Amino acid sequence: MRTKIELKNVRKGFGTNGGQLRVVEDVSFSVGEGEFVAIVGPSGCGKSTLMSIVAGFIRADSGSVLVDGVERMRPDSRGILISQLGSVFPWLSVQQNLMFGLDGKSHAENADLADHYADIVGLKGFENSYPHELSGGMLKRVELARALVVKPEILYMDEPFSALDALMNLRMRGELRRILAEERHTVLLITHDVEEAIHLADRVLVLSPRPATVQAKYEVKIPHPRKLTSPEMQELRVAILKELGVDRSE
Amino acid sequence: MNRIARALPALLLLSLLIAAWWLVVAVGGSAIFPTPWQVVTGTVELIRDGSLWEHIGASLMRVGVGFLLAVIVAVPLGLWMGWIRGAYDTLNPIFQILRPISPIAWIPIAILWFGVGNASPIYLIFISSVFPMVVQTTSGVHTIEKRYLWAAENFGVSRYTLFTRVVIPAVLPQIIVGMRIGLGVAWLVVVAAEMIALRSGLGFLIIDSRNAGNRYDLVIAGMIIIGLIGLMLDGLMRLLEGLKTVRWRYAHQD
Repeated sequence: MRTKIELKNVRKGFGTNGGQLRVVEDVSFSVGEGEFVAIVGPSGCGKSTLMSIVAGFIRADSGSVLVDGVERMRPDSRGILISQLGSVFPWLSVQQNLMFGLDGKSHAENADLADHYADIVGLKGFENSYPHELSGGMLKRVELARALVVKPEILYMDEPFSALDALMNLRMRGELRRILAEERHTVLLITHDVEEAIHLADRVLVLSPRPATVQAKYEVKIPHPRKLTSPEMQELRVAILKELGVDRSE
Repeated sequence: MNRIARALPALLLLSLLIAAWWLVVAVGGSAIFPTPWQVVTGTVELIRDGSLWEHIGASLMRVGVGFLLAVIVAVPLGLWMGWIRGAYDTLNPIFQILRPISPIAWIPIAILWFGVGNASPIYLIFISSVFPMVVQTTSGVHTIEKRYLWAAENFGVSRYTLFTRVVIPAVLPQIIVGMRIGLGVAWLVVVAAEMIALRSGLGFLIIDSRNAGNRYDLVIAGMIIIGLIGLMLDGLMRLLEGLKTVRWRYAHQD
């Protein structure tokens, strides 16, 4: 597998009143092309900071982020970030949101493409709705469709489904896997939800508490669709939770 | 039906106040203070001789011109100050000093610069409504959530698209709030300005009615008309809040 994303000794700290707060400490890992890697870690461990660095929004203090072997300096539409709060523009309709990142060609062609992706994520009939008229799950679909429509090579997902209720969370995982089966994106997922990570990813990295470092790695070799209740999945879940310092008997 | 039911207590209170006013004047037997009925006949008199429409038209024209000039200046200026740090640091302290100066305090200078014609009140309206709109627009830009700017950056859109599709729509609700405040202040100020020097307008009507023979029925008629028109102007501004592209910001309209 060709390497798509490579992090080399990434470090990041923030200045505070009490001096330097180390947030990300010497993180190195790589993600292969078309691979789905999930990063799990305790809350406040610096996961989001790490994601912002990988996606190009903030610069690391030292170390480097390579995408296709080239150092990433700033974000671009080859890798789209989807975050927990979402960034669907509330002042644009669903269709206008989907067309936001499309610049080329005619308006009609863009609109067709937007409607096609709206259809893929199950938003058919809502093209002219405004975000405040939609539910949380629908908003996530808009967000996902808006990312997919620009045909990115990488999806950076930072707690994408955390704000949803458990049922919708599960449903969105299914949708995501279904879409990924059709369009092979490289995905980097950050989550605090171990179950979500092993449900979706090919590989799971466990981060330590702040300052974040990669503490353990797990391959998930179970084919999709995965059953959360299967013994292998349960075993993996317990192992990762243990790594995170959560014993199930507690 | 529900709306009528909700308006009922307010209407009831209003009727009670008018009744109390009537009673007090009737019992007290004031020679100058009018009864509500005298205010009504006074208003009818003003309508009959056509002067009421002239005064209203004059006041609205001054507010319209001054307010539009203020919008034209304040919105681009506010966007610029909000976006460019240096512009904000340079201009904001000056605006913060000018802003608390009551427009009434500007009246002598307005007369000095613009004489006693229409230009003076227009200038005063401009001065009074431009600052709240600049401040609202600037703070609107400052409070755009980072996630939206990041998204725009992520999709790699042009500066033009960033402004027209993200920055301006994000700030629009705040601009409308600024316009509501600005127009409210403008309406307050035009009446005050007209009391000083002019030959027409609702402010002039009030002062002239008092000076020309203590016509307090017309004074109160003028006051009530000012209130009603102010309410109407605010209603017009609130219509803007119903626009689809800004409704996300006003939770009460859900």
